[in-house]
Amino acid sequence: MAEPKEVWITGIGLLSSLGEGLDAHWEALGTRRVNVDEKRLAPYIIHPIAPVSFDAQIPKKGDQRQMELWQRIGTYAAGLALDSAGVKGNQDILSRMDMIIAAGGGERDLNVDMAIMNAGAQGNLPPAMLNEKLMNELRPTLFLAQLSNLLAGNIAIVHGVCGTSRTFMGEEASSIDAARNAVARIGAGQSDIALVGAAHNGDRGDLLMLYAFGEFTLKDQYRPIWARKDSPGLALGSVGAFLVMESREHAEARGAKPFARISKVVADLAQRKQPGALTKSLQTMWPQLGVSDDNTALITGATGVEPATAEERAFLSEHPRLAVRATGTTFGHTVEAQFPLGLALAALSISRGALYPANDPTGLEVEKTGAPTQIVVLGAGHWQGEGMALVEAVS
Amino acid sequence: MAAPRDKFGRPIVVVTGMGIVTSLGAGKVDNWKRLTAGESGIKTVTRFPIDGLKTTMAGAIDFVSVEPFSSTSLSERLAVMATEEALGQSGVGRKGDFPGPMFLAVAPVETEWPQRIEVARAVPTKDFGIIEYLAACGNGQFTEFHRRFTFGSVALNLAETFGTKGSPISLSTACASGATAIQLGVEAIRRGEADAALCVATDGSVNPEALVRFSLLSALSTQNDPPQGASKPFSKNRDGFVMAEGAGALVLESYDAAMARGAHILGVVAGCGELTDSFHRTRSSPDGKPAIGCVRKTLADAGMEPNQIDHINAHGTSTPENDKMEYLATAAVFGDHTAKIPVSSNKSMVGHTISAAGAVEAIFSLLTLEHQRIPPTINYEVPDPAIPFDVVGNKARDAKVTAVMSNSFGFGGQNASLIMTREPA
Repeated sequence: MAEPKEVWITGIGLLSSLGEGLDAHWEALGTRRVNVDEKRLAPYIIHPIAPVSFDAQIPKKGDQRQMELWQRIGTYAAGLALDSAGVKGNQDILSRMDMIIAAGGGERDLNVDMAIMNAGAQGNLPPAMLNEKLMNELRPTLFLAQLSNLLAGNIAIVHGVCGTSRTFMGEEASSIDAARNAVARIGAGQSDIALVGAAHNGDRGDLLMLYAFGEFTLKDQYRPIWARKDSPGLALGSVGAFLVMESREHAEARGAKPFARISKVVADLAQRKQPGALTKSLQTMWPQLGVSDDNTALITGATGVEPATAEERAFLSEHPRLAVRATGTTFGHTVEAQFPLGLALAALSISRGALYPANDPTGLEVEKTGAPTQIVVLGAGHWQGEGMALVEAVS
Repeated sequence: MAAPRDKFGRPIVVVTGMGIVTSLGAGKVDNWKRLTAGESGIKTVTRFPIDGLKTTMAGAIDFVSVEPFSSTSLSERLAVMATEEALGQSGVGRKGDFPGPMFLAVAPVETEWPQRIEVARAVPTKDFGIIEYLAACGNGQFTEFHRRFTFGSVALNLAETFGTKGSPISLSTACASGATAIQLGVEAIRRGEADAALCVATDGSVNPEALVRFSLLSALSTQNDPPQGASKPFSKNRDGFVMAEGAGALVLESYDAAMARGAHILGVVAGCGELTDSFHRTRSSPDGKPAIGCVRKTLADAGMEPNQIDHINAHGTSTPENDKMEYLATAAVFGDHTAKIPVSSNKSMVGHTISAAGAVEAIFSLLTLEHQRIPPTINYEVPDPAIPFDVVGNKARDAKVTAVMSNSFGFGGQNASLIMTREPA
């Protein structure tokens, strides 16, 4: 097989609970700002999206109305990434740009759901009435705001990204695989340029259900990720994180500057029924990345859920010189968006010539001086799936 | 012996195992027999009450039971059945040890109504809000619902059962999902990343909410009586698609790997293509441009000319828009050759298996190549004069078929096509 092509990150789009754009994020990370809401869905902790006017990236109100918030966040961040890469509105490139999106499902109509569930609890819901309520009360277009592949659909409609369009699902692992697949396709010459990312809205009672079932939610009081040992859990966060990835030759031909290159993405599915399996899987992946020196940085999407976080910590403890940053502390857990968020922050750090400050009262995260040349991005799902990527300075 | 690489120097991707479940039955033998006999699997829904629904029929699979019932559990069960059949035929790897990755097309997962109501009954307060409800969700009784209703759950269980390698990919590209799963497998083998890939597509979504949601978008046929007459692709009086369940599984291998282990080759995936439509969330661009581009990309990927395609297994949903757009797109690409291509839509009999359709129809396409017999498009009583395809109407047709194109066009502008051949080109 031919040597894989070098893959550059030439565009980054970020919208989150901290704000929008790269400068705003860099500034907020520098001052250790965290936007957390302990009251709105108390006792559940969430990180709501920062106020934003979506018009800047989604000019048609009609388009905005067809989306729920998670899709607006994603479509907005995708637009920022295209701007950042300098390809916004470039029909020639957009019409052949590949898209790999990681997505869950969109917002439900909680009012309709609660009314039906209350009726059901009181025995006032004969089976036929479910049909009637759904037929009469569901907004027809809400379906489209919920469908996983309609984030990609909206990005195609609003921004004209019209090569291939694939939506991966499966919580955290879906975006690790999205990045892995994009890098593999570009590396093998199956794609020249791709838009990769995900979006998540954490201000969702309907979504909390799933994590409540498993008793995985952080409750009562916000704590940084590494300080949740005694009250483990995840706090849902709000992030749209998109990257434009392209082959070096494609980028150079159009004069695009890289933030960084993404040299390797690995992923696996540890059999977590066996204690220690996640730690072992991470140990197996590490040497595949090609990290040249342990004295480097690692950005993790650790969830705060146990036992996954303890197993990840066991792996990290074998690399004590790593400067670790947990995005969950600042942004909360954004499920599908957590890995692209990590990639975005790694590429941003490399391009700014510094790793942003630690934010961890437990001391696991240490400060790092000097410009990082390699940053590992790690994602270990709260329940299944794990992976890593290596982001490097372009030499 | 044919060259082990295609004309672009890529590993040739062959199919060595197939498994299928539809409303017509379980397994290739039953499905093929009933499909070529022109039987319909569409029935009036009995799984749940149909009072108040505009559409009351579907291609539900009622001969497979899962307990407790959920669409996600049914999807998983159908996927297991199809995969077992495919692996049995292929003989690749060992039981519980498939030597490659898995690509799974599956419907988006949500907690379903029976489970929502079960939790609601455990809420201690009356007139509860979401916070009280969430407390009941987390009372420790419903841990299994997390395991069941995570999006990755079906893939996790399949990966454990069949021992696929690496991180399994679950995907949704709406009605094109099954084709996308195959496409991802083809790409992985062409990259040399894997010698074998398990491509599975499944859908068990006939439940009240899914039916209502498609109904509210006016996408479904409402010609409920008789149910088996509802799906009538390319007919003038077609009025929407019919929801259906099903699963298809294909074992893809590199030609080299398949030959090395002496596997029986069922067919070749010669080309895949995809092009996104940015016209509208549910409607295809009326000029058919994206579908035209998709078909052209697929031909180019296979290195084939339009006149080499001698059968089209159409997307043919039986919606007024799709079938017309599909004809226009086909005619634009195939020109004068269009009239010479027999076209058929399996959806007239099995309904639209949505996430599974691309794989189910790829398998029917490969069976068409094997048997040199094209399954009919039933309910073709009133041909639409605006769609002058050579529709294989009502009765199966024996024909010389060397290359089949299978199309999938879906919500969200998803267009994907595959070309399958009997032998490596």
